[in-house]
Amino acid sequence: MTTHAPSTTTKTMRPPAGAGPIAWMRQNLFATPVDALLTFAGLYIVYRLLGGFIDWALVSATWTGDDGKACSRDGAGACWPFIWHKFGLFMSGRFPDAERWRIYLTYGLALAGLVPLMIPGVPGKLWLFIYMLGVFPLLAFVLLSGGMFGLSHVPTELWGGLLVTLVVACVGIAASFPLGILLALGRRSELPIVRWVSIGFIEIVRGVPLVTMLFFASVMLPLFLPENVTFDKLLRALIGVALFSAAYLAEVIRGGLQAIPRGQLEAADALGLSYWQKMGLIVLPQALKLVIPGIVNSFIALFKDTSLVLIIGLFDLLGIVQQSVQADAKWFSPSTSTTGYFFAGFIFWIFCFGMSRYSSFIERRLGIGDRKS
Amino acid sequence: MDAGIRNRRIAITTAALLAVAAGPAMAQTKTLDTVKARGTLNCGVNTGLAGFSMPDDKGQWTGLDVDLCRAVAAAVFKDATKVKYVPLTAKERFTALQSGEVDMLSRNTTWTMSRDTSAGLSFVGVNYFDGQGFMVKKSLGLKSAKELDGATICVQTGTTTELNVTDFFRANKLNYKPVVFEKLDETVAAYNSGRCDAFTSDHSQLYSERLKSPKPDDNVVLPDVISKEPLGPAVRQGDSGWGNVVRWAHFAMVNAEELGVTSKTVDEMQASANPEIRRLLGKEGDFGKGMGLDNDWAYQIVKQVGNYGEAFDRNVGAGSRLNIARGQNALWTKGGLQYGMPIR
Repeated sequence: MTTHAPSTTTKTMRPPAGAGPIAWMRQNLFATPVDALLTFAGLYIVYRLLGGFIDWALVSATWTGDDGKACSRDGAGACWPFIWHKFGLFMSGRFPDAERWRIYLTYGLALAGLVPLMIPGVPGKLWLFIYMLGVFPLLAFVLLSGGMFGLSHVPTELWGGLLVTLVVACVGIAASFPLGILLALGRRSELPIVRWVSIGFIEIVRGVPLVTMLFFASVMLPLFLPENVTFDKLLRALIGVALFSAAYLAEVIRGGLQAIPRGQLEAADALGLSYWQKMGLIVLPQALKLVIPGIVNSFIALFKDTSLVLIIGLFDLLGIVQQSVQADAKWFSPSTSTTGYFFAGFIFWIFCFGMSRYSSFIERRLGIGDRKS
Repeated sequence: MDAGIRNRRIAITTAALLAVAAGPAMAQTKTLDTVKARGTLNCGVNTGLAGFSMPDDKGQWTGLDVDLCRAVAAAVFKDATKVKYVPLTAKERFTALQSGEVDMLSRNTTWTMSRDTSAGLSFVGVNYFDGQGFMVKKSLGLKSAKELDGATICVQTGTTTELNVTDFFRANKLNYKPVVFEKLDETVAAYNSGRCDAFTSDHSQLYSERLKSPKPDDNVVLPDVISKEPLGPAVRQGDSGWGNVVRWAHFAMVNAEELGVTSKTVDEMQASANPEIRRLLGKEGDFGKGMGLDNDWAYQIVKQVGNYGEAFDRNVGAGSRLNIARGQNALWTKGGLQYGMPIR
């Protein structure tokens, strides 16, 4: 998709075609009769697909109404009032209305730390890092859960929707990253017990599907605990997701570690660096840089895997949309479920697409992209 | 290690093991006290089932099963809002009850013998008599399932639904052509596209699918019920005191409907001279005390939650979009099966 350099041989052989969109179209879309045919065929397919979608989402869509009756007419498209009325529920679950500002403040605090951290060239990265890893999680916990500093306690069974998706994904990512690094280093360690424990953990966790781990945490665990000792369902899911993701991440990072030439380690030894200095200053910065695509891939997968918490009765974004389309008789209509799932898919896509764009930006900046071509 | 220390260690270990083993058993007999001490009722509900348990637009749980949780909370705490709803999947539900995560299960669970006798739980009533039925196109003009001779019927395979429909047609010496699908969604889609004359599933489900169909008014649910799916609340086995509270919370709602006591009239009914109403509302006798509650337990239920008829109408009946007919869930005096055991 990038613009070609003008000095390629094919271009100079051709007669000058002039500039402008018409010339571009003639060159790229209608160069031969076959090209022209393919172009028209492609346009027709796009028209059919996009036309159907636009009709569903805009032209025949229902825009106002107070229940599913409004969307039940013949040939009705998307049922948008369903989304408007349920928006609060989809975003924050059953979190009390009066307390929702706490969620928005948490998002704001996260952005305040993340955005400058992600923009290269903003000073004070170290402090931002400390804020994001040390201060922010505490603030977020106090704000969301409450129960201190005059904030009312909001038990986690009231959390839901995008809030749960983000909490599970962010905690999973934040906890699995350091754990993954430790496991990767452990697996390459020369100390046998550390190595065996790391290998054992990685292989056992990777050998079990996430669904099984979640089931174990929600169905088996309570049986082993004494009665009335129940620990939070969300916490169980968080631990399960973090451990699971750490095992996968460890293997991705190990791939990076293996790519570091032996000479680097020997040079570090020659300088008299300790193990942690060697890893922290020489090996990991290079290894992690190499595996950024793999790490982001794991994070995107983790973000999407969060929907699995649905099976243990937690309502993430997809779960709460599914609950509403399947069970809220008030909103039943032929188009309610399509609209709901479209909305959930769209939100997921925004986040995943954002992550993948940011990772390719970072790769370009760090110069990894150059090596790919 | 000398014998004294070792013996002591063994004794301590044994004591600890016994405590762990006995812990649940001891606590089981006192669920009512546990609930009272905690100040909230932990009620296991469905993760989402139209008309039975579902958070509304504001996130408040509503539904027929939810109303039973509220009724128990009203009886115990005089406050129907003191409920912590624990949404449970079908796989989790029994473990959650056995492990004490929930005090009661009000989760459209079919009362069967094997569950009642061997799953460690006790059913204490039936708050909804469900059963398999048929939905057909209105244009066919059918009045009863017995007129379905020769019909094509969309049915989900591998379920008791499929077996029930076979039995029903064999018993009535009728012919039918089954069109089977793996998934419920596919089955419904096939019916809606006109592949079959009828679609069969549980009644509560039929009414939901009817509303989701492209033209709800073109479809009609036949009144016939061809299988038994009594859905009711359950408690842990071995705690009959707590079982009584849940059982009578349901019976109080049914009795209130029989006696014409509604959430709107309950206050004026307190002055009623009818002895049955006086006993229900705690004006005579010590019926609440016998369960470890106050004597106004049923008054609180009817005042805050309503009688059974009100709950039915509001959640699944004429007052909701589902519009399920009372059918088997009508009072026994009106040809149904809901029968409030006498309070005396």
